[in-house]
Amino acid sequence: MNRKNIHNQIKYRIARNKASEVVITIYSFLITIPLIAIIFYVLKTGLSKLSWQFLTNIPQPVGELGGGIANALVGSILIVLLATIIAVPFGILCGVYLSENKNAKLSYWSRLAVDVLQGTPSIVIGIVIYFWVVKPRGGFSAFSGSIALALMMLPIVIRSTEETLKLLPDTLKEAGLALGLPYHKVILKVIIPCGVSGILSGVMLSIARIAGETAPLLFTAFGNPYLTTNVLKPMQTLPLLIFNYATSPYDEWHDLAWGASLILLIWVLAMNLITKLITRRWKVQL
Amino acid sequence: MERVSKIFSYGKIRTETAFKRTLVIIALVMVVITLGIFITLVVHAMPSIKALGFSFFWSRTWDPVSNVYGALPFLVGTLLTSFLALIISVPFSYAIAIYLGEYKPSGWLSGLLKNIVELVAAVPSVIYGFWALVVLVPIVRALEAKLGVATYGVGIFTSSLVLAVMIIPYAASLGRELIRMVPSALKEGAYSLGATRYEVLKHVILPYTKSGLFAGMLLSLGRALGETMAVTMVIGNTSIMPKSIFDPGNTMASVIANEFTEADRSVYLAALIELALVLFLVTVLVNILGKMIIKRFSNE
Repeated sequence: MNRKNIHNQIKYRIARNKASEVVITIYSFLITIPLIAIIFYVLKTGLSKLSWQFLTNIPQPVGELGGGIANALVGSILIVLLATIIAVPFGILCGVYLSENKNAKLSYWSRLAVDVLQGTPSIVIGIVIYFWVVKPRGGFSAFSGSIALALMMLPIVIRSTEETLKLLPDTLKEAGLALGLPYHKVILKVIIPCGVSGILSGVMLSIARIAGETAPLLFTAFGNPYLTTNVLKPMQTLPLLIFNYATSPYDEWHDLAWGASLILLIWVLAMNLITKLITRRWKVQL
Repeated sequence: MERVSKIFSYGKIRTETAFKRTLVIIALVMVVITLGIFITLVVHAMPSIKALGFSFFWSRTWDPVSNVYGALPFLVGTLLTSFLALIISVPFSYAIAIYLGEYKPSGWLSGLLKNIVELVAAVPSVIYGFWALVVLVPIVRALEAKLGVATYGVGIFTSSLVLAVMIIPYAASLGRELIRMVPSALKEGAYSLGATRYEVLKHVILPYTKSGLFAGMLLSLGRALGETMAVTMVIGNTSIMPKSIFDPGNTMASVIANEFTEADRSVYLAALIELALVLFLVTVLVNILGKMIIKRFSNE
């Protein structure tokens, strides 16, 4: 009797173990459903819109055929490029400071500031840049949008630089200094080149992150139905175009938005893939 | 002699100190930027803080036309969407964390799952919003018709669903790291006493990582609170107090996104900025708290 009891109990425990594994496996793979649904839907609706004309024309008024997203594509590339130019040198140097002065008081506050900035909602950054750049200049501009996006890039670039440089052995720096190299040359010619893969993957990741950002651009780059390359003027970007046209009542505009979604999705996923290849090629830990 | 003095020239030392000084200045600028964000929000929210005081937070009516600003509907909308999203997402993100951290730490299947989770985090929120608007809203509308509630389709429930998908990767990837950090001696001890894997999970791994998993939830919550675009597109954008989770509403972020460029009165604008200030403070608090817990956990 007792033996049977124990036998049953063990059976029950084994069954519970199996069941939990099955449940956890199923639950963890359920996330595939929304991802596939989204990618499939964007592909299905977006692919038919893709053509050379779609990429080179600007949106047409409702009712006319042959509109494209050239203005948003050019705008996105310009704004993201400008944001990268602003954020990357600044972010790398800040990361260098944090890894070089691990225990300084300023490092503590700077790290806290980076954490706060990383947690700041993107719409709040949009508002702040509105007051810092847009209002003093007296109008919306692509440039202000780039600054907002640069603020969003900074935490990622700083963190990846700091984490990468932390892993480098101190002997590298000491060898450089022992040869009589000045400090800035040790940093710029030895330390940063050694950590370039980690830093680069952080930069790539941050570009992928900001390329899809809409909220900080609502009150800065604002959007523009025409093609412009003047960064002091309002400019359209892919996410802004998607937002504006997706919430419009016209089917033609929805189609444009789907095409733009596909382009944006390809861009973002490609950036992620490149990051992945970099990390695998150089075995970087992020 | 000439060469020696060239090597040890003051010029070089000057560039060196200049470089070091640049680094310090840049680190300082980071602090200044972050403080600047806070100060800018406070300064520009002042007219509303002065005019409305604390009634801003519990007054239920938001009517810019008659100059009445009560933020309660948005506070409720934000909290409802975020917590609902969190509740929906937690089982999934913990399942992924356990699967990747304990059941299958390596292998092609877990590599695939890891990539899928990263892709979910990579999809831009405006695309989530657009997809939800076109695909999810009709589904929710059908569901609402079955449940016999008002069939808006858009609303708090729909927003929570989208948000839940969007925040799963955050808690999942953090949870995976934490579960991997559980000392194997602890797990082996339990196994040697005859525990099944489920029992090791329940009695060793989860208690050990409890605080870290909670921190992962906080980080997800911080992300959900501040998410703007996807929510703006499917929440319905009404400033009326939601009565059920199927009602349309507004969150703090979505009302800012919708009305900021339309705000013509200074109090109206200041009220929106006060919302942004509240949003900023809450997300920062949640984020810092989460990061502190993780730091303590990793140091132990």
